[in-house]
This record gives sequence, C-alpha cells and structure tokens, in this order.
Amino acid sequence: MEALVSVALGLLTACGVYLILRPTTFSVILGLSLLSYAVNVLIFVGARLKSTAPPLTIPGLSNQTDPLPQALVLTAIVIGFGMTAYLVALALKSKAESGSDHVNAGGER
Amino acid sequence: MMAHLPILPVLIPLAAAVLLLAANAGLAVTRAISVASLILLAAVGAVLLEAASDGTLRVYRLGDWPAPYGIVLVLDRLSALMVALTCFLGVAVVLAALSGTDTRGRYFHAFLQFQMMGLNGAFLTGDLFNLFVFFEILLLASYGLLVHGGGLERAQAGIAYVVLNLSGSALFLVALGLLYGFLGTLNMADFGVVLQSVSPADQGVVAVMCMLLVTVFLLKAAVLPIGFWLPHVYTAATLPVAALFVIMTKVGIYAVLRVTTIGLAAAPFTADLLQPWLTWLALGTIALGCVGMFAASTLGVVIANLVIISGGTLLLAVAEPTVPSIAAALYYLVQTSLVTAALFLLADALSRQRGDVADRFTDGPRLQSFTAIGLIYLVIGVAACGAPPLSGFLGKIMVMQAMSGSTHPVLVWTALIVSGFAAALVLARAASVFFWEPGAPGIADRPDVLYVPARGLSTALVVMFGAVVAVSFAAAPVSSYARATAEQILAREAYVPAVLGDPAAVQRERRP
Repeated sequence: MEALVSVALGLLTACGVYLILRPTTFSVILGLSLLSYAVNVLIFVGARLKSTAPPLTIPGLSNQTDPLPQALVLTAIVIGFGMTAYLVALALKSKAESGSDHVNAGGER
Repeated sequence: MMAHLPILPVLIPLAAAVLLLAANAGLAVTRAISVASLILLAAVGAVLLEAASDGTLRVYRLGDWPAPYGIVLVLDRLSALMVALTCFLGVAVVLAALSGTDTRGRYFHAFLQFQMMGLNGAFLTGDLFNLFVFFEILLLASYGLLVHGGGLERAQAGIAYVVLNLSGSALFLVALGLLYGFLGTLNMADFGVVLQSVSPADQGVVAVMCMLLVTVFLLKAAVLPIGFWLPHVYTAATLPVAALFVIMTKVGIYAVLRVTTIGLAAAPFTADLLQPWLTWLALGTIALGCVGMFAASTLGVVIANLVIISGGTLLLAVAEPTVPSIAAALYYLVQTSLVTAALFLLADALSRQRGDVADRFTDGPRLQSFTAIGLIYLVIGVAACGAPPLSGFLGKIMVMQAMSGSTHPVLVWTALIVSGFAAALVLARAASVFFWEPGAPGIADRPDVLYVPARGLSTALVVMFGAVVAVSFAAAPVSSYARATAEQILAREAYVPAVLGDPAAVQRERRP
C-alpha cells in the first residue's frame, strides 16, 4: 500500500505543478486542486498507513490510529475549498473584464 | 476579564465582522461599528503591551485543553508588541479608508475586521497548525481587500497573489503534515522539546521540513527569490489597504523569529540550519529593493520596494539571533512599519490632488495643500531613508551596531548604507516632481482635479506622522522594551515550562 500511495502522491503533485505553470487560469485552478489533494493525502499519511484501525482511543483496543491528522485534513479541505471557490470567482471576473482566460490578460502594466 | 485578555484581539474583530455582515446596515452605521471596533482593539493592544511588560508569559488554553494537546495562545512581550502595532495601524487605515475608499465596493469593513482577526491570531498563537489557520484567515481577508475597488488590474494582481499564496499554503501543509508525522506535535514549545530527541536517521527529513516551513514564512516576508510578487500586489491595492499590507510582510519575519528561537534553536541539528542562507538572501533582497526603487515610475512602487528593503534588513538581524540583533530588529520593525504605512497614506493624499496622473512621476497639477503635504513628506521621507535625526536613522544604527560581531559585518553595513542613499535619492527625485515642478501649462487649472477635503485621511496622516515622530523621540523606552523582548524570546527555558508545565511529564505515544 505504501508504494501505491507514494506513486499516487507523486503523480498528483507532478500533474498539479505542471498545470499551475500553464498560462490559463482554468488549468492553474485545476493544478492547485490536484496539489491540494496531494497535500491532503500526505497529511493523512502522516498518521502512518494502517488498515482497520479506528481513530479512537478505546480501552483494550491495541490497533488504533492517530486521530489528529484526520482533523487536520478536514480543516485543510475546508480552507482549500473556500480558497479555490474564491479563486474561481476572481478568474471569472477577470475573464469577464478582459475577455481572455490568460493569466496576464489585459497586457502588461 | 484579565484572564481572557489574550483572546480579545481575536474575538473583538470577529464579533465586529459578524455584526457587520449580519446587520448589513447603512454606511454610517457600518463605519461606526468598524471604527469603534478598531479603537477598542487599539485600547486592548495598549493594555496587552502594558500587561506583557512585566515579563510574565500569559498562556491562554482554548477550551481549557492542556498543551500540547490543546491549542494555546501565548501572550509574551513579542506578541503584545506585534498586536499593539497591528491594532494601531488598523486605526490609521480605517480612518484613511473613511475618505471614500470604503465606498468603492462592498464589505470593505468586514474584510478589514477579518484581516485584523487573522493578524492578531497569527501573532498570539502558540501552535503551528493554528498559525496556518490564522494565516489563511488573514490571507482570505487580504484577497478581499486587494481586489476592493474593482478593475482589471486588481483582478489580475489578485489572481497572481491568490495562486502564489495557495501554493505557499500547500507547502506549509506539507511541512506541517510531515513534521507531525515525525515529531507527533504541533505545539511550538513542544516542537523544540521533541526536536531534541529525533533519531539520527530521521534528522535529514525533519531538517528539510523545517527549511520548508521557513521558506513559506519567507514567501510572506517577500524575500529575494520569492518576493517579486510584492510591488505588483501592493500597488494594485487601494493605498490605505497597501498601508495595512505593510504589516503582512512582518508576519513572515515574526514567524521566522518565533520558530527559530523556540523550535529550531533547541536541537543541534537544526540550530544552524538557516545561518548559511538567510544573510545572503537578505542582502539579495535589499539589492533587489534598491534596483526596484530606481526602476519605479510611481510613488507606490517606490514604497513597495522600501517595504522589500525593510524586510531584507529585518531578515539580516533575525538571521543570527542574539539579544542585540533581535532588539535592534524589533525597534527597526516598529519604526519601518509606521514609516512605510505613513508613506502609503501620504501617497493616497498626494494622488487625490493630482487627478488622473495620481502618483506617477510626471508633471501634474499643482498640489492644493502644498505646504502640509510637503512638510509631512519631508519628515517621513527622512525617516524612510534613514537619515538623522529620525527613527530610520536610529533603527539602522542599532542594526549596524548589533551586526558588528556578525559573520559579514562589512557587507551588512554596506547594504544598509547603500540602501539608505538609494532611498534618499529616489524620494528626493519624487519630491522634485511632486513639489517643485510647477506643473505643465494647462494642467494647473484643470477643473476636474477639484480638491476634495478628505478629513479621515488627513486625520490618519496626522496620527501616523505623530507616531513616526513619537517613535523617534521615545527611542529609549521603545528600544529598552525591544531589548527586554529579545531577552525573553531567547529564554527558551522559561517559555517551555510556562506553556507545557514539565516537558518530561507530557505523555507521549511511541510513534512507529
């Protein structure tokens, strides 16, 4: 499972970075989303990969996993979602005003 | 009430913002709520400063959960100083915004309150993940404030700024996720304790993650390879907002200082991690700021580059944390924040009287309040370029004295002196355009450039002017406070027990 998760993380990050470097806002936003998925999985992995281990402290249970990274991931997901929504709105506004989806639409300053 | 003091700088703006959004009231009520909240905040900031000056650490446990499991806010001299400075700037910015800036779009005041909440929270928190959350709050509010006023240029700058900071947040989370994975803690005090017992096999990864964490802070502080965003963003924002953004680069410097002194300094393998890098990055940042200033065609870009230079200067002093260097850095931080924010407000007052040429270095109409603005420009300009007798000079001298024992004193001195001369040259050139050239014929009496008295802005300018002069004349008390602050933050052995109790008694799970 470690190998699978590592490869998936690497792929997500690589695709995310590639898309962020594209010149249109649409692909930049997609890239940021992919990157944030990769980061969320990475935080999750911070608690080590254990299957059938509840994130709880139950007396007598030996196979537990750390609940904190799950709480961190939840926070990160919510924040990332809000930020992405704002970025989409901003990109739409820029496209409406300039008529182009290019990150530098409207020429140089 | 005194026990809940540390949470007030976060709660007051939150309450005001919620009230503003829920009430959705008219302009007068909105302004009244916002100004009242900020004045209250400034008062609380002063009380915090007074409370912290006795040298005790006040630890506020949220939900009464003990550290390191719960989140704590820690009020020490450094956080009190930063909160007080932020709240004071907040008052000046809201007063300046009352002169028409806040009516150029909706929700200006709500964003401003959220911005204050995020800034104060970031300065007070004693938990790394909570620092991330407050960073996001202040960033989200700054996104709103940046595009306030509308227009394509702001939207473009906004996209660049949001993408940059979202990438920065991703790096922040990578660093936090892996640090938690290796150390099992996110509490800043505990972070240093656990760092000491990292096994040699893991030290490489942990060191890289610490570097990554600092990189994110340097992104906020606009340091050389990742600081090119700043002039674009600051000049796209309306000028009162830019004055508030001055404190945002200081958040990055603050976070570097906090994490290095409490965390990284504790373990031998991380203690010298940043030394080889920070000084050179800081010198490069100062050089970049100087070049940027010479290339500028508007006063706003010049001030943005002054902000970059001041970030570099602060980083120089923070790179090798000793009591004198941190004390000098803190005095410099206070005065440079006030001076650059005052310059942004001054640029706003100037450009209002120059019609559509605004703050560009071209012939424009003659200024109506020539004498007042010219005088304020002279005084604040002198402070900005570090000429005697004002605070900029004192701040630079303190940094230079503190750095005389550092690894590259000659380079540091050269950078500080050259950047001062560069600033003087550029500000003098700007002054000759604004004040001495009589204005091209025909522009001088253009009817569309009517002088609208801006009472809020004038008040804010006078307040900031007073603050710059006060911080120059009160250099002795301010720098003795800064010195006590430096001694306090370098005393890890007092900070850790105050937050954690006995670190040896913390129950730790054995991590695989």
